[in-house]
Amino acid sequence: MSQAPEESRGPVVTPVRVVIALCLIAPFVAMLWVGSYAKTDPAFIGIPFFYWYQMAWVLISTALTMVAYKLWQRDQRARRGGTR
Amino acid sequence: MKDGVNGVALAVFIFFFLLVTVMGFLAARWRRAENEHSLDEWGLGGRSFGTWITWFLLGGDLYTAYTFVAVPAAIYAAGAAGFFAVPYTILIYPLIFTFLPRLWSVSHKHGYVTTSDFVRGRFGSKGLSLAVALTGILATMPYIALQLVGIQAVLDVMGVGGGEDTNWFIKDLPLLIAFGVLAAYTYSSGLRAPALIAFVKDTLIYIVIAVAIIYIPIKLGGFDEIFAKAGEAYGQTNPATGAPRGALVPPEAGQWTYATLALGSALALFMYPHSITATLSSKSREVIRRNTTILPLYSLMLGLLALLGFMAIAAGIKVQNGQLAIPQLFETMFPDWFAGVAFAAIGIGALVPAAIMSIAAANLFTRNIYKDFIKPDATPAQETKVSKLVSLLVKVGALAFVLTMDKTVAINFQLLGGIWILQTFPALVGGLFTRWFHRWALLAGWAVGMIYGTVAAYGVASPTQKHFGGSSKEIPGIGEIGYIGLTAFVLNVVVTVVLTFVLRALKAPDGIDETKPEDYTADAGDPGVQVELPPATAGTSH
Repeated sequence: MSQAPEESRGPVVTPVRVVIALCLIAPFVAMLWVGSYAKTDPAFIGIPFFYWYQMAWVLISTALTMVAYKLWQRDQRARRGGTR
Repeated sequence: MKDGVNGVALAVFIFFFLLVTVMGFLAARWRRAENEHSLDEWGLGGRSFGTWITWFLLGGDLYTAYTFVAVPAAIYAAGAAGFFAVPYTILIYPLIFTFLPRLWSVSHKHGYVTTSDFVRGRFGSKGLSLAVALTGILATMPYIALQLVGIQAVLDVMGVGGGEDTNWFIKDLPLLIAFGVLAAYTYSSGLRAPALIAFVKDTLIYIVIAVAIIYIPIKLGGFDEIFAKAGEAYGQTNPATGAPRGALVPPEAGQWTYATLALGSALALFMYPHSITATLSSKSREVIRRNTTILPLYSLMLGLLALLGFMAIAAGIKVQNGQLAIPQLFETMFPDWFAGVAFAAIGIGALVPAAIMSIAAANLFTRNIYKDFIKPDATPAQETKVSKLVSLLVKVGALAFVLTMDKTVAINFQLLGGIWILQTFPALVGGLFTRWFHRWALLAGWAVGMIYGTVAAYGVASPTQKHFGGSSKEIPGIGEIGYIGLTAFVLNVVVTVVLTFVLRALKAPDGIDETKPEDYTADAGDPGVQVELPPATAGTSH
């Protein structure tokens, strides 16, 4: 099965892997750039922007991680199949 | 605080407490393996947990009294600054996704139970492994202390803790009892106890959150009203500091602090021995990645709970000790019986992680200090015995933190632990991806980070405390206020990289690496991967 290192089959950097990396990096950029969301407006059902925006990112980052997971699985399957 | 003891709430609280205690003892029989006297069995539950149990277990140590008491209390005290816990938990998932599967694979291939096992195997350095083990045990203690503070806050609000005027023994008696129960069932059931209790805990927590987040805002007149009142309260000048109490949005000057606290905490979380324990007890590499896609539910919970800090202000709760704000809010807003349920959720929510943490720290001591340095020929039965004893000692250490340190800013307990544990990151995560770092450079970097972090934290004063009064300080060279742990971590990495260049140039002897590149990607079912490790010491490769 995956006895050989996953990384050594085929090129290391592929478009799919770039997308996976972007999915994983995006939350860091969004969350650490505090200046981009340090404001109260627009409020959502009375909750200031600062708070609901970050909670929305919980959902966004979940979706991104899920995409990364699915892409990674596909990538791995393709690689194993492709070398047989 | 209402006068006297809240009888109904206390009765409900005790009922749930007894329920989990019984479950804890029964857990010893649940999914029992042939040999309960192995460390693997007691300390890792036999490493056979699938997605759901792992999820509960991980959730069990990620979301704790930290979530329920410390974070809302920080919000209650200062506003926006306390909300950094939400980005912190968001950043955890991409991190888990990236490096934990590799750790799982290499651990299952070589029978590693702790991070120190891995570091020793990877770098062939007992010194580095000892440093990682000591750091893990030290950093876990204030984190357990935070859990005990959570339980104490609940007991205080129920009127059991006694006021300031009673003597210290009466005041702390309920805490000691809760502590005794925890110690007893952890001792007898190992990791199985917290895994099973986590179901009860999470069910209670979901119910309480759902009710709190719908019922309290309605009663308080909606979020508009809540945030308007909170904004007003933060604008008032704090007589102790002469500055406004807080703000609804972090000001320019607080944004570095906010971001560094979030990033530092996220990097630190998976260095803790207990997070690793939960990860390694999962059945396969896939379980971990699958988990990262459902764990964020907990982050959402955390965010909603954090808002309770604002609700406490809007409800007019006024407490000297901020940790009491949320329990007090529950007592004021809920009927007594439901307040009891909420208190039980907080209490058990603190108990489970405390158990997991102390087991993990104990594993670390037994395998990487006792076996490596004190008694290399220890039998599995002896190992388990030492582990159980150490798990008690770690809890006693945590108790000492609670009884002697200032509890009004409990979140600092966790942040202090984070400063320390973060210093093991280069050896562990660095080691998972590259063998380039030199073992001596890693050790030197660790020492520099530990010393800087401890000294810097020692030097932070707060209105109530001369030392260890906070976890943020000016970042040298940048001039902004940032999390000490992250600054120390950067120093650590710089020292490690520079010294690695020097040592490589000098051709200093490199340790023996017992792992192979393919070990880092092996999954259950591959040859040589131990899914259920043999009951012995699991350390056959050493």
